[in-house]
Amino acid sequence: MISVGKTKQYANVLDKPLSRGRQEVSLSAFAFLFSEVVQYNQTQVDNIADLERRLEDAGYAVGARVLELLCHREKGNRRETRLLGILSFIHSNVWKVLFGKVADSLEKGTEHEDEYMISEKELLVNRFISVPKDMGAFNCGAFVAGIVRGVLDNAGFPAVVTAHFVPIEGQQRPRTTILIKFAEEVLRRESRLG
Amino acid sequence: MPPLTTPKSGDALFASVERVNAELFTLTYGAIVRQLLTDLEEVEEVNKQLDQMGYNIGTRLVDEFLAKSNVSNCADFKETADTIAKTLSYVCPVIAFFTATVAMHHSGTFHALSSANSLGFKMFLGVTATVTNWDAEGTTCSFVLEDNPLVDFVELPDTCQGLQYCNVLSGVIRGALEMVSMKTEVTWVRDMLRGDDAYEMRVKLTKQVPEEYPYKDDD
Repeated sequence: MISVGKTKQYANVLDKPLSRGRQEVSLSAFAFLFSEVVQYNQTQVDNIADLERRLEDAGYAVGARVLELLCHREKGNRRETRLLGILSFIHSNVWKVLFGKVADSLEKGTEHEDEYMISEKELLVNRFISVPKDMGAFNCGAFVAGIVRGVLDNAGFPAVVTAHFVPIEGQQRPRTTILIKFAEEVLRRESRLG
Repeated sequence: MPPLTTPKSGDALFASVERVNAELFTLTYGAIVRQLLTDLEEVEEVNKQLDQMGYNIGTRLVDEFLAKSNVSNCADFKETADTIAKTLSYVCPVIAFFTATVAMHHSGTFHALSSANSLGFKMFLGVTATVTNWDAEGTTCSFVLEDNPLVDFVELPDTCQGLQYCNVLSGVIRGALEMVSMKTEVTWVRDMLRGDDAYEMRVKLTKQVPEEYPYKDDD
């Protein structure tokens, strides 16, 4: 047996040095894996809402970990405490790490004070997905909505996050908007902080 | 018969495909493993499901691999069909698939294989796998990974000791090889999550399904 003992052994995952996060895998590897995630979850549900909820749960787990990881690596163990701070952290830092670019836009809802939107022309997870007609408004972006909710929730900003397709004129494929609706307590705290 | 096109190197392949951050991949994989553990409760069932998912991926990934790696094409395949049948029985299935249907071109020269590491791992996961520990018949070999993007940030809790965390990889290999007519059994012999010094998969060729020639839809 040839022993390949280059990599140092760590008893505990926390003892490992934190990687700089530059490693990459092929987009296909991710796309194939994600497609399995969707297909598996589809076998566990009997309606679209449940499927979206399950994808969101999976995303939530990713979001919670991404927040922890990035706070250690990029922000010297500090996390954002203000609403706009955390939103721009998601729009810039989180997006950049996960999807290689900042999100296309971050907007405040015009009708409701507590709503914000992150929009992406072609969301990575939707790239190879075409939703069959009978599945209505189902959007795999629910996974990304889950990531966003995971980051927000664990940073102390509970919110309801959903993904929606928004048609763009002159374009065949709609863009995906991640709608963030913050819990009341978040807005109250925010106004107190002034 | 010489190959019409040279198979690309793993690095060239990896450089030529679109890539995403490995952490997104790792964490997404972690999320699905956690979902499975919650849904299925039994660790054995989770192992099975991960293997099945890998299998599904493998059967599809092989197409992309063959398309992008210049490893083989139909014309050669037909012309060397006889050779394939003879040579593949002793050529390690994984290498035969991952590195080179080169073997087919070279009428089964073994050194062409030993010099090549698994292109597939490089192309899809950006890591290098070493192929080693052949048995005397040349039907069983080991894949050794020192670096495995699936397991970053992972520690197996006491309750999950029976979990084959990376089972998706063995499923991928099994699925991909089945699509090129080789039935294999893949087992994990070393796993760093269990304290070993590397990841090692043992791949055993169990059966060869003869291809049917000629392909009707090609003519």
